[in-house]
Amino acid sequence: MTAVDVNISPDHRIGPPALPRLLGPDPTLATHLARYGPLTRQSSMLIDAVRAAGLTGRGGARFPTADKLAAVLHAPSPRVVVGNGTEGEPLSAKDKTLLVRSPHLVLDGLEIAARIVGARHRILCVERGNPAVHAALATALAERGDRHTDVVFTPRRYITGQETALVDFINRGPGRPTGERPYERGVDRRPTLVDNVETLAHLALIARFGPSWFRSVGTPMSPGSLLVTVAGAVQDPGVFELPGGASLDGLLHGVGARRPRAVLLGGYYGQWISAEAAAVTALSAEGTHDHGTSLGCGVVAVVDHDSCAVAEFTRVIRWFAASSAGQCGACAWGLRDIVSATEALQAGRSVPEAASDIARWASRIRGRGACRLPDGAIDFLESGLRVFAPEIDEHRRGRCTRPDRRLLSTPRPEPWA
Amino acid sequence: MSATTRLILDPIACDGHGICAELLPEVITLDEWGFPMLAASDIPDELLPAVRRAVTNCPTLALRLTRWEDERR
Repeated sequence: MTAVDVNISPDHRIGPPALPRLLGPDPTLATHLARYGPLTRQSSMLIDAVRAAGLTGRGGARFPTADKLAAVLHAPSPRVVVGNGTEGEPLSAKDKTLLVRSPHLVLDGLEIAARIVGARHRILCVERGNPAVHAALATALAERGDRHTDVVFTPRRYITGQETALVDFINRGPGRPTGERPYERGVDRRPTLVDNVETLAHLALIARFGPSWFRSVGTPMSPGSLLVTVAGAVQDPGVFELPGGASLDGLLHGVGARRPRAVLLGGYYGQWISAEAAAVTALSAEGTHDHGTSLGCGVVAVVDHDSCAVAEFTRVIRWFAASSAGQCGACAWGLRDIVSATEALQAGRSVPEAASDIARWASRIRGRGACRLPDGAIDFLESGLRVFAPEIDEHRRGRCTRPDRRLLSTPRPEPWA
Repeated sequence: MSATTRLILDPIACDGHGICAELLPEVITLDEWGFPMLAASDIPDELLPAVRRAVTNCPTLALRLTRWEDERR
């Protein structure tokens, strides 16, 4: 961790010197203002500040935020900004936690994003059925006297959090991916910015304290802090704010991971790595890339030797197939067949054929959907087949005695209306 | 400047009728589920008439052609 940069530009104030940055002591407006100060009328250089800060999206894709802002800014007005707090990834809790503990940072970020792209319409999306989140938002909006931010409640479906599907739902559609880029044609067919709520929270702080402050923690390629959700076979699961580049091994020890067998990085949209690889992985873009994965949405899920990993990932593949919007043939039919083959592996039936079927179908399915759900399913499964090869062999020989402890939760998606 | 014609498939609109693969086997084959896979998206000029037939005969209008002007830098 580098020392705080004292070369503060005239536009920026001195920010908090250490972590936590995003998660404050209480969610009230008074504490928010005492801790961070007010949002000032920012200079028109703000998009450059975001670029200099190197902020990337925290929703999973980790796309450069400045590029997204520029794309919407250069599209015709009127424009819309959407904060995505739906967090449909079942293992992830960071967005809900952020909304409950620091709603004002998210709402500030949404205002800043709207200011940058010149949007009048601000929308914040959260899933139904989260009373703590809804209450925190209602209170925060009332504290700010904000009548311009619309809160949209989405169904509990992973796919509806995908940005084109979210736009579809806001447009009173069912919430299925559309293949239309939001920055071209989004809410009410207007150019729309869709950003994860954690990304917006970071934006709110960069607007106040500047890119040098943002980069005072983290690594050059993974600057700033990030929220991770730790789940699975650990003593202290939960949401933690870490500097970019933090040691995964240090995190696992800190949360009491007893005898980890493997770690799922990035949630179901991410990939498996063995415990041995996890021991030398840094939680950064470059560190995870070295192991063929990415940070994704910041989920770190641990499985140990007590649960049947094969049962767990088979259940997740079934969940992926159930989560498909069913619009694209390769995804709808391909994932169905991949589920059957994965179940064959679990049952120890025709293992070589099932494995080669999966490999062939995987290469057929990639990139042929309107969204990346099928690609995510395949990356998840193929990394699992590599990491859990010994367990799959145990199943082939009928030798697995572990139960499915449901370390990985797979809630049924809400049915389509 | 030269122009490229690109064939684009909309996977949402596509229902797997398969007419395109019959009309344009040089470019389109069907996967095991009956859905089209494009061998390439850039279309050479001599295939344009056949490609246009495939585009207009798709029952769900899932195929479209676009022309790109390549700017030489």
